[in-house]
Amino acid sequence: MRFSGWRVLKEGLTGNKGWSPHWRNPDPKTEYDIVIIGGGGHGLATAFYLAKEHGLTNVAVLEKGYLGGGNVGRNTTIVRANYYLPGNSEFYSHSMKLWEGLEQELNYNVMHSQRGIINLFHSDGQRDAAVRRGNAMRNQGDDAHLLGRDELRKMLPYLDFDTARFPIYGGLYHPRGGTARHDAVAWGYARGADERGVDLIQNCEVTGIDISNGQVTGVQTTRGAIRAKKVAMVAAGRSSQVAEMAGMRLPIESHILQAYVTEGLKPFIDHVVTFGMSHFYISQSDKGGLVFGGDLDFYASYAARGNLPGKEQVMEAAMTLMPAIGKARVLRSWGGIMDMSPDGSPIIDHTHIGGLYLNTGWCYGGFKAVPASGFALAHLIATDRPHASAEKLRLDRFETGYGLLDEEGTGAQHNLH
Amino acid sequence: MRLTCPNCGERDIREFTYQGAASMLDRPDPEAGPEAWHAYLHLRDNPAGVTRDLWHHGCGCGAWLVVTRDTVTHAVHAVELVEARDAG
Ligand SMILES: Cc1cc2nc3c(=O)[nH]c(=O)nc-3n(C[C@H](O)[C@H](O)[C@H](O)COP(=O)(O)OP(=O)(O)OC[C@H]3O[C@@H](n4cnc5c(N)ncnc54)[C@H](O)[C@@H]3O)c2cc1C
Ligand SMILES: [Zn+2]
Repeated sequence: MRFSGWRVLKEGLTGNKGWSPHWRNPDPKTEYDIVIIGGGGHGLATAFYLAKEHGLTNVAVLEKGYLGGGNVGRNTTIVRANYYLPGNSEFYSHSMKLWEGLEQELNYNVMHSQRGIINLFHSDGQRDAAVRRGNAMRNQGDDAHLLGRDELRKMLPYLDFDTARFPIYGGLYHPRGGTARHDAVAWGYARGADERGVDLIQNCEVTGIDISNGQVTGVQTTRGAIRAKKVAMVAAGRSSQVAEMAGMRLPIESHILQAYVTEGLKPFIDHVVTFGMSHFYISQSDKGGLVFGGDLDFYASYAARGNLPGKEQVMEAAMTLMPAIGKARVLRSWGGIMDMSPDGSPIIDHTHIGGLYLNTGWCYGGFKAVPASGFALAHLIATDRPHASAEKLRLDRFETGYGLLDEEGTGAQHNLH
Repeated sequence: MRLTCPNCGERDIREFTYQGAASMLDRPDPEAGPEAWHAYLHLRDNPAGVTRDLWHHGCGCGAWLVVTRDTVTHAVHAVELVEARDAG
């Protein structure tokens, strides 16, 4: 079934009776060439690119809940390519290029909106850091502009520019950054993978990974044993539990990150805006809700809900930056389980076990990475060589100390990112 | 979430700073070799369930605490002084 404006019109006029389910709901077969553990954004994108780029379709995605029920459906949907370090820079740049063609490629409206991101700065030191980052972005071939206070005032008149404590000096503007509809990204990749023959198997929890003579041979699941030549662990916040089934301990701690949305308001915030003095960022959804978030709660958690101090930090920052927000009522808040790595950057690599691959460490930034991560992991699985855009996202960088990707420069230590 | 500090009693979580897994207390011997140090610095059990982690009561008595709690329910089972552990 192809989507088009014409089709929407036709279905609208004929009672919407012609739509069919977006994917099949197959029972698991007893054997696949490739099994992907985790039906989040990264798992689904991996399956899609395995089929599309490499013609590998004897593939299953095993999801313990429902497709898109994890972080891919819980994030605040920001898509950007404003990383500084080589390794991250080319990877997120590649992701942005894939985003820009994604709706055509998937024939699916993921509501990708390049409304621009503005990172505010509030001191001379922060301005220098923004200039440096902007130059790195431009060297990578992406876009960045330094905005002064006066230009910014015209674009973002609703900010409090003159708070005594954190006056706004300017902002780093990344016009190609923006947002996308998170669920639609999961659904679009799911539909594209299913169409090409991949089996998407929901309510199927992996409970064991079978290994013999250092080689993966399959998985145990709540829906029976499944043999596989290759297995990819793509479980985001649950990565440690899945890797444990293969006898591995990962450099990962799972933390909680909360997000918030207000009641629907008239258009008010046109960009994604981030505060430079406390962790806070905001955008307005197409439905009108203000979507915002801030720091981790900063303790290991799998609860998918946060505590009040996290909320307090975010609300205080919001009120400092844009006092007008005080009039909006918060509709909902929720949390997701973040796979935090010691340096704050991801891992896409093979493991020491033959045929077993690992995709993890997305921290709070893995939504924007979905296309490039799926693309790179599919390449790695299909060819057993890393894709050029992701070859620095190695698992052994903590052990060797070589090629750490510490964007914040705080040290490759847990609990610092 | 509230923690009951053995010195100060039950307190708001904002008084504490989280450090991470209590395995940080089991520092390997300086000569233990790179694998042991890598495991100590970077690798984590990261359990979904009961865990033991280190918290600092910075806005209270200043003690380091080992908290036994559940990462799925946020229930707190025990709070002990690191000092007591080291003495015992
Ligand atoms: C509040 C919040 C805000 C965020 N904001 C942003 C943002 O603005 N921009 C951005 O780029 N990123 C953001 N992120 C991060 C981003 O959402 C994640 O990094 C990314 O979604 C993780 O990858 P995923 O989609 O594959 O994860 P998930 O969707 O969590 O997928 C993992 C899947 O694995 C499944 N699974 C786990 N264990 C098993 C098992 N044993 N067997 C079978 N299946 C299993 C889970 O059920 C889950 O569906 C945010 C995250 C949160 C929580
Ligand atoms: Zn105390």
